[in-house]
Amino acid sequence: MKYTEEHEWLREEDGVIVVGITEHAAEQLGDVVFVELPEAGTSVSKDDEVVVIESVKAASDILAPIDGEITEVNEALVDNPSLVNDDPLGEAWFFKMTAADSSQMDEMMDEAAYKAFVG
Amino acid sequence: MTDLARTPLYDLHDELGAKMVPFAGYEMPVQYPMGVMGEHKHCRAQAGLFDVSHMGQVILRGADAGLALERLVPVNIVGLAEGRQRYGLFTNDAGGIEDDLMIANKGDHLFLVVNAARKAEDLSLLRAGLPGIEIEELTDRALLALQGPGAELALAGLVPDAVPMRFMDVIEAPLMGATAWISRSGYTGEDGFEISVPAHLAEGVARALLAHEAVAPIGLGARDSLRLEAGLCLYGNDIDATTTPVEAGLGWAIQKVRRTGGDRAGGFPGADTILQQLDNGTLRQRVGLLPEGRAPMRGGVALFEAEIGGEAIGHVTSGGFGPTVEAPVAMGYVPTAQATPGTQLYGEVRGKRLPVRVAALPFVEQNFKR
Repeated sequence: MKYTEEHEWLREEDGVIVVGITEHAAEQLGDVVFVELPEAGTSVSKDDEVVVIESVKAASDILAPIDGEITEVNEALVDNPSLVNDDPLGEAWFFKMTAADSSQMDEMMDEAAYKAFVG
Repeated sequence: MTDLARTPLYDLHDELGAKMVPFAGYEMPVQYPMGVMGEHKHCRAQAGLFDVSHMGQVILRGADAGLALERLVPVNIVGLAEGRQRYGLFTNDAGGIEDDLMIANKGDHLFLVVNAARKAEDLSLLRAGLPGIEIEELTDRALLALQGPGAELALAGLVPDAVPMRFMDVIEAPLMGATAWISRSGYTGEDGFEISVPAHLAEGVARALLAHEAVAPIGLGARDSLRLEAGLCLYGNDIDATTTPVEAGLGWAIQKVRRTGGDRAGGFPGADTILQQLDNGTLRQRVGLLPEGRAPMRGGVALFEAEIGGEAIGHVTSGGFGPTVEAPVAMGYVPTAQATPGTQLYGEVRGKRLPVRVAALPFVEQNFKR
């Protein structure tokens, strides 16, 4: 598992990259009430705003962590946004994507580094 | 954060695991570990304890203090019975609202509760507008709100006299060796009480109430979603110096005796504008808004008549997710022609116009003990 400074996690699974947000991020957001997902097939560049999350407090974006193409999105979050709070590392993945250049992940944090990052 | 004030319950908030944020010059709990959604639902189902000690508590003393205060608010204070409380508004010369407040008649004095962020302005208004009346800001008292269907039972053990109170009654009652000032009112749409106690007793009273199994501490986050669902205005968002009481749908706070033809008609700032609007209506009105999708429409969202084209006809002043409604809810101002419940409008969220319907307020049933 890799982590970004934007509090996303990336997990390689069957040749694609699964992306979600960390427990720390979910806790900071508070109760999530709305999720807007991109369409599968969308080409994205690193740092594009691809997902909108709204919590009881505010709206925030999830950025594309790398260049690539979105291959699948988790529609379950649209109907049940609270999954993001209940199971951020598991059921509440946001999207799956292919990597245009998987070396973009080399510099990302591992779990120990992320833990140190959030203190 | 520069020089934020703390309420007498600061240490208790910390002990309860609150997340603190700056609000109106105070460090206040925005939520506890239960979270905004859980706190909101708990308050509607059982009872919630809120620290509202940041709000201003003011006493007015003097002969005819009520008649004098009527020069600043369009409310019938002279006719307010002893032991009763009323909602009021400080107006300005343009008919706008300088603050909203609660006014209680406690026999030999009036007791006012004003918004934290407007304390200084309100005191200036009072001092300039009420010569000869003694104006005392109480800085040594805390204010707790206990709200929800379980509030009466939770308070009954500490203050038996609170049980027979009706909505908007005020009493003084012995509490832990001091005198508590209690009103049966609040800012959630639920039955409940606001309890003013000497600062040094605040923590003891709060702990005694929290010891009751129905009572959980509630932060400012849920306070905001509770009042929004109840259709109650937040000063600075839904009402301000540019909105009149009539536009805001608060004409009910102006009793007949202060209206055209009443014995004490007018005589408050902006009376010409406000009384004319009561008689003839306004160009715009505050309305409830129910977004049709799941995306919340927050304060500032522009409202349009059509999905494409045209100028904005109004805007959202407060909005978010309503945990009890289980959907996004909002309030805002629209032209009177579009203010009928059911009217379809569009709110622009992140560049997209999303459907929203004008709806009656409040969004939840009021559970006051009348």
